[in-house]
Amino acid sequence: MKMTGAQILVETLIEQGVDTVFGFPGGMVVDIYDKLYDKQDKIKHILTAHEEGAVHGADGYARATGKTGVVIATSGPGATNLVTGIATAYLDSIPLVAITGNVRNSMIGRDSFQEIDITGITLPITKHNFFVHKVQNLAEVVRTAFELAQSGRPGPVLIDIPKDVQEAVFDYKKKPVAKLPAIPACSDIDIEKAVKLIKESKRPYIYFGGGALRTSIGEDIEKLADKLDAVIGCSMMGLSEIPTDSPRFLGMQGMHGRFASSVAMAKADLIIALGVRFSDRATGKTEKYAPSASKIHVDCDRAEIGKNVPVDLGICCDLKDFVDRLTKACPQRKNTEWIKKVNSLRQREADAYEGLPFLPRDAINIISDNIKPDTRLVTDVGQHQCWAAQFLKFRKKRTWITSGGLGTMGFGLGAAIGCYMGSGSRSVLITGDGSFGMCLNELATAVTYKVPVTIVIFNNHALGMVRQWQKVFFDGRYSNTTIDRKTDFVKLAQAFGAKGFKATDKKTFEEAFKKAYKVKGPVVIDLTIKSDSLVLPMLKPGGTFNNLILRREDISDAEG
Amino acid sequence: MQKDKIIIAIYVDNRYGVLSRVTAMFTRRGFNIDSLTVGETESPEYSRITITLSAAKNDKDQVVSQLRKLYNVKKVIVLSQNDSIKRELLLIKVKNTEKTHADIVEATNIFRTKIIDFTDEAISIEATGDSQKIDAFIEYMKKFEIIEMCRTGLVALDRGGTNIWSEHEDE
Repeated sequence: MKMTGAQILVETLIEQGVDTVFGFPGGMVVDIYDKLYDKQDKIKHILTAHEEGAVHGADGYARATGKTGVVIATSGPGATNLVTGIATAYLDSIPLVAITGNVRNSMIGRDSFQEIDITGITLPITKHNFFVHKVQNLAEVVRTAFELAQSGRPGPVLIDIPKDVQEAVFDYKKKPVAKLPAIPACSDIDIEKAVKLIKESKRPYIYFGGGALRTSIGEDIEKLADKLDAVIGCSMMGLSEIPTDSPRFLGMQGMHGRFASSVAMAKADLIIALGVRFSDRATGKTEKYAPSASKIHVDCDRAEIGKNVPVDLGICCDLKDFVDRLTKACPQRKNTEWIKKVNSLRQREADAYEGLPFLPRDAINIISDNIKPDTRLVTDVGQHQCWAAQFLKFRKKRTWITSGGLGTMGFGLGAAIGCYMGSGSRSVLITGDGSFGMCLNELATAVTYKVPVTIVIFNNHALGMVRQWQKVFFDGRYSNTTIDRKTDFVKLAQAFGAKGFKATDKKTFEEAFKKAYKVKGPVVIDLTIKSDSLVLPMLKPGGTFNNLILRREDISDAEG
Repeated sequence: MQKDKIIIAIYVDNRYGVLSRVTAMFTRRGFNIDSLTVGETESPEYSRITITLSAAKNDKDQVVSQLRKLYNVKKVIVLSQNDSIKRELLLIKVKNTEKTHADIVEATNIFRTKIIDFTDEAISIEATGDSQKIDAFIEYMKKFEIIEMCRTGLVALDRGGTNIWSEHEDE
């Protein structure tokens, strides 16, 4: 059937199973918006306040559902406003298709109004991007973009479509969605090698990340750990794949990870790494990382193997296939001493927290205790994010939504909106006054779409994470981190048409949270916390997990 | 860490913008290209890029793996230093004087290069060979005041009857 490019785009999106798109209209996508207007019954368009909110929305949608998020923006500033969000998705391997309009082919290269080379700009932060020269290629480009975004290690793909291509007419024929190419299974030899390393080990540690979440292998990992008598830890991107109360699970490890999880990793003699990339936030200084451990690294991206940390056995294969076959092939192991050792680490961790009045942790516990299991827990970036990662109790998969790799402040609110659009579940956004200030304009969107999100601002009147570094490493010279703004978040929420509450301690927070959690639309809770609250444990720069800072007293002279 | 000179041959879609995608990978990951050549192949669909760089073993693996992830990259191989044929082309223009011109002509004969332009002021020479020969020739020509020169960078093929699509060791 003869159709315009804009129509072909919309039809191909429907063909690919897209039911929700996030975006913001503009001059060079007006044709696309016109065709979306015809298909409102098939594709719901979420209009945000800013393109950055739209791209974080598409990202949150993808994280909550596992499907590909889609965002549309116009040329020039519309396109550049997507950049932070595309990079966020790239660093966390989130499937995303970003569609931008551009000026006509005949206007390209003349610095026309709102013309920008967005394929050039996004080259290093996309899996691939396309500039569509001719309407003849459009449908195939869109299909390829969706396949690329989801296949292998997922990631963002951008399609830039000039206005004349949107207007031009060509034949469109519906096609079935292509099956994704399978990730290869692992070889028998690799399983044998892994079994050999396991037999030589007495202190095994299974370390999983976002790849394990993507392939949903939490239960398989627990079975493998039972067989190996191993303990389990994860990276920030792996959280919520295994329930927090799973007996062998020690929680997130890393720079601000759980004490027992990080120290056990440093003391292990075998690390089985599944779908992780050994980020510097997880390893500390790589030369000193887990020196006594043999390392098995399994990932679907061959380039990750040996990239950051040298490994004894690197396998590029399907994670589930590896874990299942290893579990079958491996004899039942018993590591009583190791489990005892880990339990004593856990005890030390519990003792360190015991009895200390600490509002951030108490607040996180109140959140955990008062939500339904499928509530999406979204964060921004900073101290609040680390407290949430450490203390939240996860009970269902894909309930943890955070910007791990890029660490994008301002990610949370847009992502929470996207999460709700994808999952239909209520969400809690844990944020800070710094992060929230970056994209709070999306409160307007949350109100418009009645998004049931409870926004908890951990308000320390400071940029807490940087301030913490200044306290510990810069003699308490708080350069530009005291942001004692006069913003009244309760009134701000009301001005946007949302509800707002204020809380200053455990009791008032619990009351406010319970009330807020019942409200159908967005609610802001402004929770005052101390400006010198710290995220602990903390890894010193260049330090190792054997000398983690666990308690406030451990911070030497720098303590002011 | 010990660094080796390596030669990488890459088959890419013969399409606009592909070269910048390949070089951008090197920039972004902090790898330094020593020389790069690109041109048509036996098939109009593909271009062949030859890149030389100095890299430790781990970096070599990383470069190859990252290149293989690019959508427009169809094949990547590392060519063996010993089992491949390698050539580079040099155009060099040196000052011509009565005192030096006999020496220059003799040098071009010894190095088996070719004089392609001759004026009272300058002699222009074309040289082909592997990079060491080109280096040595340039070094010798420095005596005669080099006016201008340019070299193409290396092109290379496997020895024998195989081609880039044949099976290679490191895959």
